[in-house]
Amino acid sequence: MREISVSKITETVKQMCIDANYRLSPDMCDALKKAKESETSELGKEILGSLEENLEIADKEFIPICQDTGMAVFFVEIGQDVHIVDGNLEDAINEGVRQGYCEGYLRKSVVADPIIRENTKDNTPAVIHYSVVPGDGLTLTIAPKGFGSENMSRVFMLKPADGIEGVKNAILTAVKDAGPNACPPMVLGVGIGGTFEKCALMAKKALTRPVGEHSEIPYVKELEEEMLAKINETGIGPGGLGGSVTALAVNILTYPTHIAGLPVAINICCHVNRHVRREV
Amino acid sequence: MQKVLNVPFTKEEALSLRAGDSVKLTGTIYTARDAAHKRMDEAIAAGQELPFDLTGNVIYYMGPSPAREGRPIGSAGPTTASRMDKYAPKLLDLGLIGMIGKGKRSDAVKEAMKRNGAVYFAAIGGAGALLSKAIVASEVIAYDDLGTEAIRKLTVKDFPAIVVIDSTGEDLYQR
Repeated sequence: MREISVSKITETVKQMCIDANYRLSPDMCDALKKAKESETSELGKEILGSLEENLEIADKEFIPICQDTGMAVFFVEIGQDVHIVDGNLEDAINEGVRQGYCEGYLRKSVVADPIIRENTKDNTPAVIHYSVVPGDGLTLTIAPKGFGSENMSRVFMLKPADGIEGVKNAILTAVKDAGPNACPPMVLGVGIGGTFEKCALMAKKALTRPVGEHSEIPYVKELEEEMLAKINETGIGPGGLGGSVTALAVNILTYPTHIAGLPVAINICCHVNRHVRREV
Repeated sequence: MQKVLNVPFTKEEALSLRAGDSVKLTGTIYTARDAAHKRMDEAIAAGQELPFDLTGNVIYYMGPSPAREGRPIGSAGPTTASRMDKYAPKLLDLGLIGMIGKGKRSDAVKEAMKRNGAVYFAAIGGAGALLSKAIVASEVIAYDDLGTEAIRKLTVKDFPAIVVIDSTGEDLYQR
């Protein structure tokens, strides 16, 4: 049994919040560079150039990439042989978020109640998804999520008869409805199968997979590539002002489902698709 | 077309702008997003004065990240404009001449823009670090308790934006 102190978790979380909001991961930086090379619209190229410049300024001058530094979403993979000591895990994560957002000059975008809407002033609480895994490791993934794109995300409870064509239509419908609102070029996380909540969770998790990596399931990989091409044919383009690059990637996860259903969730992320993964 | 525009500006200047024009804005603009719009709407309903005179002025739909010491503001890019669609027509009827945000607007907003000769600009969504460089001063003038959603008076210099919907209702997103 390995013991991990909550203070170590808090410190790690704090640093992850800051790192995620000031620097994009190399896969996203590369994808944006390639997008600029392949974009056919002049205005689109110009916008992608500005996004590249934005990343440089964020990094050099220590200004968050986007003012919407998101609601802090975590995926926590906790080994079954780990024992958390000196406090509880959830409080430790939230304390790390509090310190990271306050000391890292990040925006406090969370309200304590969805109807009363009073800001919590420290960006807590985080949204935390736990999974228990074999071994004695503790792996944290943070994916701060901005709501311009979150608001355009969708869940479709399709029928089995809708099949793969239904899934394709659902993805394209979500992208077309999102248009300029989701700050394209976007990244799509898609969950297919499971239940109502399982497909939404898979869609969120799919966004943390590095852009450029594909599903190991052959038909899913094909679907990812086909949908990326179809989305780019919509012409929505960078900033929604027209062009050939509307999305940078379509990441799909699947799960077994019920004989009566075909749930599909599409979680849209803007070009500031932030994700940092770290072992504690 | 590339144009330079001082803010606030006149209706005549607004009428001369066309969807697709690239502009550089210099002068004074005001920030307001969801919560500030709700409060302004309540103030109007109660017959109270608004925190600033809307006439000829531009609202930037934006809530910044905190400023570091010695800087006017943190990251400062646009938020999705359609969330303000419920409130915008009333503000346009009261003299608001321009809005800066990102994303689509409702037909009701477009009608109010045509009726009053107003313009909707888009700034690049997700380029908050870059856009912050065009903001030279920032001061909270109302609703301080709302934190990032407070109303701020911003001094901007060569703030880059694109006319997306002009005063004739022409919409660049729909081309």
